[in-house]
Amino acid sequence: MSAPAVEFQGVAKRYGDLWALKGIDLAIPQGSFYGLLGHNGAGKSTLINAMAGLVTPTRGRIRVMGHDVQRNYRASRRALGVVPQELIDEPFFSVRELLELQSGYFGLHGRRQRAWLDELLERLSLTDKANVKTHQLSGGMKRRLLIALALVHHPEVLVLDEPTAGVDVALRRSLWTFARELHAGGMTIILTTHYLEEAESLCDRIAIIHRGELVVEADKAELLARSPWKHVEIIGRGEPSGALAGQVCERLADGWRFRLPREAGLGALLDQARACGIEIEDLRVIEPDLEQVFLSLTEEGA
Amino acid sequence: MNWRGLWTLFMKESRRFLSVAVQTLFAPVVTTLLYLLVFGQLLDEESVAFRGVDYAHFLVPGLAMMALMQNAFANSSSSLIQSKMHGNIVFLLLAPLSPLEIYLAFLGSAVLRGLLVGLMVFLVGWLGYGVSWQAPGWILLFAVLSGAVMGGLGIMAGILSEKYDHLAAFQNFIVVPLTFLSGVFYSIHQLPPVWQQASHFNPFFYMVDGFRYGFFQQSDVPLGVSLSVTFGFLALVSAINLWLLVKGVKIRH
Repeated sequence: MSAPAVEFQGVAKRYGDLWALKGIDLAIPQGSFYGLLGHNGAGKSTLINAMAGLVTPTRGRIRVMGHDVQRNYRASRRALGVVPQELIDEPFFSVRELLELQSGYFGLHGRRQRAWLDELLERLSLTDKANVKTHQLSGGMKRRLLIALALVHHPEVLVLDEPTAGVDVALRRSLWTFARELHAGGMTIILTTHYLEEAESLCDRIAIIHRGELVVEADKAELLARSPWKHVEIIGRGEPSGALAGQVCERLADGWRFRLPREAGLGALLDQARACGIEIEDLRVIEPDLEQVFLSLTEEGA
Repeated sequence: MNWRGLWTLFMKESRRFLSVAVQTLFAPVVTTLLYLLVFGQLLDEESVAFRGVDYAHFLVPGLAMMALMQNAFANSSSSLIQSKMHGNIVFLLLAPLSPLEIYLAFLGSAVLRGLLVGLMVFLVGWLGYGVSWQAPGWILLFAVLSGAVMGGLGIMAGILSEKYDHLAAFQNFIVVPLTFLSGVFYSIHQLPPVWQQASHFNPFFYMVDGFRYGFFQQSDVPLGVSLSVTFGFLALVSAINLWLLVKGVKIRH
C-alpha cells in the first residue's frame, strides 16, 4: 500500500486560550477525492493552512507525499497545490505574468512550461484574459486564476478550500468537471465545502471535523451507512396523533416526514398511521444523505 | 539554493517598482533636488563643512545617500505590506523558497531602487554643481551596504506592520528622523558637543560619512569605523529578519 498523500500526526494548534486543532491524526490516501467537512470555525482551514505551511502547528507533524512540511518544506510544497479560500488581488501583473512568476518560484521556465501555462489558461477559460490585471477580472475569473496558480508546478495533491463559495451554478459545474478530470489523471484532491451535496457527489472519502477534533473519517458509503436515522414520507389525509405525532420531523404540504430509527420496520409506522385514521396515498423512504450524517455527528453536545 | 526562484522574486520586485517609475524613481529625485536647490543656495555662503569643500558640493553626496536610503526602505516595506494587505503574499509562502532566498530577493530589489534614485540625484549634482569623486570603490561599497541596511529595515517594518499606519509610524518616527540627523545636511563637527556624541549612536551617520569619504577623502570618523559599524548593523538587521522569516512572525500564523 502506498504512503498517504497527506498524513497528520497529533496536529494541534493553539491561538491564545483557544485550541483550534486538538490533536488530529489523519491519513489521506493517494489518489482519493477527499472531503474535509465541518462547520465554520471547526478547524478545517487551520488544518489546510498547516498542511500548506501557512500555519505552524503548536504540536504534531504533517507530511505531504512523505515530506515533512516543516523540515523538508521545499519537497512538500512542490507536491502540494493550494487554492485559497480568499480571492486575491495583485495590482502590478497580468494573469499570464502571475502564472510565469509562480512558475519561476518553483524553478520552472522554458517552452514546456509556457505550453503548460497556455493549457491551464485554455482549460480554465482564461485565455482571453491572459494579458489583463487581476482587478479587471470577475470573482469567478479570479477563482479560476487561483486554481491555475495552484497547478503551475504539477502538484500531486491539490487542496480546494471552499472553491465554490459565492460562485454561480455554471462556473461551479465547470470547476467540478475540471476537478474530476484532474482526479481521473491521478491527482489527490482535498476539498472543503459548505455544500454537502457537492462533497457527497464528488468525494470518495470524508473526514468531519468538529471543534478542532476529528469526529469521523471513513469511506463515503460507510459513512452514509452510519446514519442512525431514516426518513419516511407519508402522503395522505388526516392528522397524526399520540406516539405517531411525536415522530413527525417535518410537516409537508400534502403529508408528513417521519424520522425513525434506522433498524425500525415500516409496518409499525403504517399501522399507527391507519389507527389515527390517516388515508395513505403514497409512501416514500428517504435514504440517509451526508447532510443527515453530518448534522447527527456535529449537533450540539455531539 | 533555489536560484531560479530567488531571481524570479528579485525580478518581480524590481518590475513592480519600475512599472510605476514616476512614483518610485522620478518623484523622489525631484523632491531631493528641491532640497539641493533650497539648502544649497541658502547655505552655500554661510557654511563650510569640510576643508576646501563648499557646501553645495558637500550636500550632493549626502542628499544622494538620503534618497538612496529612503527609497531602499520604501521599496521592501511597501511591497511587503501591500502583499499582506492584498493577500498575494500567500503565493510566496506556498512556493519552495527559503527564508534566505526571500530575504535576498527583497533586499536585492531594494538596493537596486536605492542605487537608481541615488545615481540620478548624483548625476544632477555632477552636471549642475560639478561634484567629483575621489574613491569610487568606497562610494559604491557604501551605497550598496547602505541600500542593503535600509532594504533590510524595510523588510523588518513590512513584516512587523499589520496595517499601513504601522508602517507610516516606522517610517516617520524612526527612519526619517535618523536619516535627517545622520549628517546628510551637515558635518557633525558643526554641532554642539552633546549632539556630536549623540550622532555617534545613529548608525545611519556612519553610512553617510563613509559614503561621503568616497567623494572628498575626508570624513567625520575614520573610514574603518564607518565600515565596521555599517557591516555590523547590516549583519544585525539581517539576523533579525532571517529570524522573523524562519519563525514566520506576522506572516505564517
